[in-house]
Amino acid sequence: MIQFDRVSKRYPNGKDALSKVSFTLPAGQLTFLTGHSGAGKSTLLKLIMMLERPTQGQVLIDNQNLNGFGNRQIPLLRRKIGMVHQNHQLLFDRTVFDNVALPLIIAGYARSDIGKRVRAALDKVGLLDKEKLNPIMLSGGEQQRVGIARAVVNKPPLLLADEPTGNLDPALSEEIMDLFKDFARVGVAVLIATHDLSLIARYNHRLLTLREGRLVHDGDEGGHHGS
Amino acid sequence: MAANKGPRNATPIKASRQKQERVRRVAGAHSARTSLQDRFRSWRQHHQDSFKDALQRLNAARTSSAMTILVIAIALALPAGLAVLLDNARAITRGWDGNAHLSVFMEMNISEQRQRDLARGWQGLDNISRTEVITREQALAEFKALSGFGDVLEALPDNPLPPLIVVYPDETDPVTLRALENRLAEADGVDLVQLDVEWVRRLHALIELGERLISALTLALAAAVVLVVVNTIRLAIESRREEIVVVKIVGGTDGFVRRPFLYSGFCFGFAGGATAVILVQVALWWLGGPIDELLALYNSEESLTSMAASSLIILPVFSGILGLLGAWLAVGRHLGDIEPNF
Repeated sequence: MIQFDRVSKRYPNGKDALSKVSFTLPAGQLTFLTGHSGAGKSTLLKLIMMLERPTQGQVLIDNQNLNGFGNRQIPLLRRKIGMVHQNHQLLFDRTVFDNVALPLIIAGYARSDIGKRVRAALDKVGLLDKEKLNPIMLSGGEQQRVGIARAVVNKPPLLLADEPTGNLDPALSEEIMDLFKDFARVGVAVLIATHDLSLIARYNHRLLTLREGRLVHDGDEGGHHGS
Repeated sequence: MAANKGPRNATPIKASRQKQERVRRVAGAHSARTSLQDRFRSWRQHHQDSFKDALQRLNAARTSSAMTILVIAIALALPAGLAVLLDNARAITRGWDGNAHLSVFMEMNISEQRQRDLARGWQGLDNISRTEVITREQALAEFKALSGFGDVLEALPDNPLPPLIVVYPDETDPVTLRALENRLAEADGVDLVQLDVEWVRRLHALIELGERLISALTLALAAAVVLVVVNTIRLAIESRREEIVVVKIVGGTDGFVRRPFLYSGFCFGFAGGATAVILVQVALWWLGGPIDELLALYNSEESLTSMAASSLIILPVFSGILGLLGAWLAVGRHLGDIEPNF
């Protein structure tokens, strides 16, 4: 689903954020991405979202080389990617339903279809009864689940999460992780960027570790951190 | 592996056939597999939504919207109102053109019969619609009645006034009149031709000047309208920054992001134009009484006419287009600055 082929990114200020990073994420796999602040996690996510372009190397999503994408194709790429943010990025001027419906409206789904799909996504994250509320009335964990519902509502083949459990207690984190595992089980490639080593330790999933822009570890969690 | 649209289910999916089908359908729903009809329907739907959204936002921020609309209205009402007044001035002077005439003073010794024959003969000439004979006696009587110098004239041994033929031209453009004047001046028995159109030409020149001034004023104030909308939309973009970021992250095209702002700009412009129409009509109603009175004092049968029916539509639409232009400029300048980051 995602392929990085010797990808380097140097910012205009001369900082090398990524150096010759190569890996492949297949569909249906849940993968953690970790590393200290500044190790290149955000840059890696930005390259996948085409918020940045690589200085060298190739990024392939769904077998398509992003280097060949013009700016007009970027929105179409992003519709294939569900993105979950640490700060949820919800809009507080509209209901939970309207927040989740946004990707469908943008992608041009028929009105009749939107209601069904939004409710299915809200049902999946256990918030079906909150669709008419403003997200500001929800707890942090519930807001994060609305964010997840929005990320998966158009069933993208790829799900990215940036510190999805950053502000949540362990029990809530576990709920969120269970959701991600469910999505991986139905064929979605899930990539979770996180600092949370205890979270990583609790699940035996593939782990990519970045240090100063280099991929220094690629394997299951046990091989790197012990347990 | 390159950027072609490879088979979407090429990646191995350990799942049932049904699930594969679903993934394929979902992956396709937003690219090649969306039919043109669907896309058109959702495009049209988004236009409707954007328009509704623009109106709702206008209504939600009523006070500041009203301010913006009033500024636009005042900026447009000024040239529009002046244009209406100028149209009126033009209509009135068109009536006055009909009175343009040449006073042809004959030689003193010409007989009354000869004067009438000449006048009759001229009536057949080019550019002359009719002639009027004023004999020396008639001229004297008229002068006595109108000037108040009757007694002085009584004291004179002879009637000092020459015979006069008043020539009414059928065209009033300056070139024709000048040519006619020259022709008559060379005619038999003519002493002096006086063209009474100088004041008409001055008036025309003044009206033309007025037109130019209004054109310049319109341009300047149209630019002001555009700038007002640019600023309003810039603030709207700023206040919706978060929403723009989210829309871009979930795959909204630039067009999708732009559309609500373009509609807002159009709505501001249109509402401003419509308000300008109302302002002009109220001002004309307010000025109508005194102006009609003034016209009556100048013996004119004209009365103040208001805006043409077509202007009632044209002004708001024109203003709406200005608003659209302003929004376009603001969006082009500021939307690119807002990119998602994390």
